[in-house]
Amino acid sequence: MLARRVIPCLDVDKGRVVKGTKFVNLTDEGDPAELAERYAHEGADEIVLLDITAAHERRGTMLEVVRRTASRAFVPLTVGGGVRSVEEMRDVLRAGADKVSFNTAAVATPELLTACARKFGSQAVVCAVDARRLAAVPGAAPRWEVVTHGGRKTTDLDAVEWSIRAVELGAGELLVTSMDRDGTHTGFDIELLAAVATRVRVPVIASGGAAGPDDFVTAVRDGKADAVLAASIFHRRTYSVSDVKAAMTAAGLPVRAIEEAVA
Amino acid sequence: MSGAVKVAVLDYGAANMVSITRALAAVGAEISVAENAAGMARVDAIVVPGVGAAPPAMVHLSERDLLAPLRDWVLAGKPCLGICLGFQLLFDASYEGGAETLGLLAGRTVSLIDAPTLPHIGWNSVEFVRPHPLFDGVADGSYFYFVHSFVPAPADESLVIARTTHGRPFASAVARGSLYGLQFHPEKSSEAGLRVLSNFVGLVAAQAGTAAEAA
Repeated sequence: MLARRVIPCLDVDKGRVVKGTKFVNLTDEGDPAELAERYAHEGADEIVLLDITAAHERRGTMLEVVRRTASRAFVPLTVGGGVRSVEEMRDVLRAGADKVSFNTAAVATPELLTACARKFGSQAVVCAVDARRLAAVPGAAPRWEVVTHGGRKTTDLDAVEWSIRAVELGAGELLVTSMDRDGTHTGFDIELLAAVATRVRVPVIASGGAAGPDDFVTAVRDGKADAVLAASIFHRRTYSVSDVKAAMTAAGLPVRAIEEAVA
Repeated sequence: MSGAVKVAVLDYGAANMVSITRALAAVGAEISVAENAAGMARVDAIVVPGVGAAPPAMVHLSERDLLAPLRDWVLAGKPCLGICLGFQLLFDASYEGGAETLGLLAGRTVSLIDAPTLPHIGWNSVEFVRPHPLFDGVADGSYFYFVHSFVPAPADESLVIARTTHGRPFASAVARGSLYGLQFHPEKSSEAGLRVLSNFVGLVAAQAGTAAEAA
């Protein structure tokens, strides 16, 4: 049986791991390759590296980060942020990534998902959907809009409809982030996750708002997520990957056991 | 035997070379990347990695004149490890685009068409069929990382050393003498994967040592 995945996410700015609240107030939290290696040893099922470096400050530093990380953490590696073409995706894969995540570029140029899926397979194409909850309408189901540029720009796209379309275009996985919850430690937006996951057949990665192990359980059990992603609770060692997996195991969810190899 | 085991990883444009070369280096092998037959000289073992579709992979191997050298290598009984697509290519043919493949193992590669989700991506458990040194120190049922839609159906069931189920059971590891094939990616499977690669390198070292003694 396929295991539900626990995925530490590293936000990388100019080659260093940072974390802020709602994409602002960034603090330095370490070297990406070093942190990734530690997480892999602790039982992380995958690592996400998200390049949040401003476009004008990019000088190929991310490819070097990917190369160093892939050389030390022997688990699947997803890289997102700033990839805008088939050629750029090829470079990131050649540096050692297994998947590339598209956000702003996919909203601006949806055909990019198709072109990359044709070239590298849909298993390598992740669409990141950053969603912000719209004001509640009495009697109506909740709705979310897609935001881009790290939450600074709004679009007129409905997050659930865009998720469905992204899969039709070629995305093999969706990374669904609640921008209302990101960095707030108030739990995942379960309604958002379930709204997306029940409408697509590809895996959904839950993101934004993890406070503790119980949130991971809820995201999988009630939000129907296949994988759960978090950043600061792991970086700051509030909880370890194994704490999260222990809670998931206790809840009866299938996870990859972390065991020391028999000597 | 003196010195590290020398392993050449075939680069035919169809794989993430960073992870497999670094993982083999991490378990003590001396790694080189072979883009042609010359790259296969003076090494102890060959690793055939690969992600993607069989037809273009066969074209790439052919363009680099690697088909005959690879067949000769395996037929001479020298150690070879096929991973994912590199494992599937060892068989006779693939239903993926109807490609004729290397024909070193009897059987065909077929789609996991009845699986609940395709591609089969993620960590899945590997159940041992019989004990094999490739899995020394690895617990039966351990999780390994898979990314694929096709699986080989070996004609000789006795070669299967482990199975995995996704929709239906399939051969996730086979061994025949010094020829090994893994459907999962050991280079992406953390400690368990590194242990399998370490066991492979150990088997290569033992074979090289025996050959040196006989010489």
